[in-house]
Amino acid sequence: MTDLRIVPAGDAALLVELPPGIDPATNARVVALGRAVRDQCGDTVRDVVVGYCSVTVYFDPLQMDAAWLESEMRTLAEELPDSSVTGGRLIDVPVCYGADCGPDLADVAAFARGSEDEVIALHSGATYRVYLIGFVPGLPYMASVDPRLALPRRTTPRTLVPAGSVAVAAGQTTIYPSDTPGGWHLIGRTRVKPYDPSREEPFLFKPGDRVRFHPIDRSEFEQAG
Amino acid sequence: MASLRVIRPGMLTTVQDLGRWGHQESGVPVAGPMDWYSHRRANRLAGNPDSAAALEVTLLGPELESDSDIVCAVAGAEFVLTVGGAAVEADRAFVAPAGVRVRFGARRAGTRATLAVRGGFDVPQTLGSRATSLVSRMGPFGGRALAAGDVLPIGQPVQAAGRPAGRAMKLPAGGARLRVLLGPHDAMFTPGAVATLLSSRFTVTPQSNRMGYRLEGPPLRHMGPADILSDATPVGSLQVPASGQPILLMADRQTTGGYPKIATVISADLPLAGQLAPGDWIQFTACTRALAIVALAEQESVLSGDHR
Repeated sequence: MTDLRIVPAGDAALLVELPPGIDPATNARVVALGRAVRDQCGDTVRDVVVGYCSVTVYFDPLQMDAAWLESEMRTLAEELPDSSVTGGRLIDVPVCYGADCGPDLADVAAFARGSEDEVIALHSGATYRVYLIGFVPGLPYMASVDPRLALPRRTTPRTLVPAGSVAVAAGQTTIYPSDTPGGWHLIGRTRVKPYDPSREEPFLFKPGDRVRFHPIDRSEFEQAG
Repeated sequence: MASLRVIRPGMLTTVQDLGRWGHQESGVPVAGPMDWYSHRRANRLAGNPDSAAALEVTLLGPELESDSDIVCAVAGAEFVLTVGGAAVEADRAFVAPAGVRVRFGARRAGTRATLAVRGGFDVPQTLGSRATSLVSRMGPFGGRALAAGDVLPIGQPVQAAGRPAGRAMKLPAGGARLRVLLGPHDAMFTPGAVATLLSSRFTVTPQSNRMGYRLEGPPLRHMGPADILSDATPVGSLQVPASGQPILLMADRQTTGGYPKIATVISADLPLAGQLAPGDWIQFTACTRALAIVALAEQESVLSGDHR
């Protein structure tokens, strides 16, 4: 990886960047690099955070020499096997689109110059990649959404988005894991929980996973609850 | 099991340990104390391991009462502290007898104090930590600040946990100089912006909390666009949105963000940053990685009492 940029993010973290872009191959490389550094360094790293095209490694600067870690990251990056872009798990997400489940579906349809059904077909017709998890615990940033649905964020964010809302903005899609403020366009609801503290693995999504949405009707949605 | 009851919660009192590390990749904020030096020192004074859960008290302190005799210690911001109306000497452990109220009175210096109780607060863990993340509503009491009537169970003391507790931290008086490492995104700013950052006074605005301090000062201009593809947001980083007004990210920051970060406060100066309040000034000075580590090692030895 000659296109690797490694810079300090303060004295207790290193930021490893690849050329910017929402690109599956780039993200696959940072996911693999994040995994490699976890495997290699174990408990001497405090945390590893994958971004779209970056991985940040947190460490205790009194326990680990940043220059050593930097060279270790370069070595790991060199040795990284060609990672598969489609290697992640495939997760199916049933969605009740529109009406009070997706109050912004009409806005998205207007942007797309199509019908609500066309928006549903476009949104549920693609397989998305989970690029990173952020904003609130468990929230997956997924892309790429069909350009016809790629409207910008709402000018005024909602103060409360209900948990389970499926939303789109800026070419990305997500599922809100908890009731939270949010500026994306709400097109549906799901019973799938990105974060469930009572589950053995509380977090459903990991960077590199693939996600497909499929439409269900209101009664199926009610029954699933 | 002994417990501590909240009579009055104060302005913002939360349970904190050293933070919820290891889950940022799942979007879980680290949280933990704003001033980790004083958190660890209060625990050492109380005879606890550094990681024990304690209370972080903000500006206006609480009034508390235990159902058993307990050993307490307070570090960080200086408050007039009384037990049953009698003043308590600062900087050492004290006994709060059963049914007698511990009260934080007038504040003399600093913003946040840590109250540790021998045995630590044995509240349930979430993902391996007892830290309260207000932003993600995670941790004890549903991740909220303490309210009147809350009851905190106190754990069993750990034998021989006691480590020496060194000097108290010097508290800021109206403001602080904070050392920074430039970057990671300083190249996205005009050269003038970096010069401005290192030569100006910034003020902590009222829009500041445990997530971060919104600062006011001369704008820091980006060369190009004011956003990046989201990446990790280390504690102490100065992210700069399009307005050019920096935000100093603190303990309860979110895990990722989409604004460039011009510089990052060194670890050794984070406790000092954690003692600032709205209205206080900040001056940033440039530091090197090597000096940052020296400063941190020195602070560690001061905490351990083997530094004069």
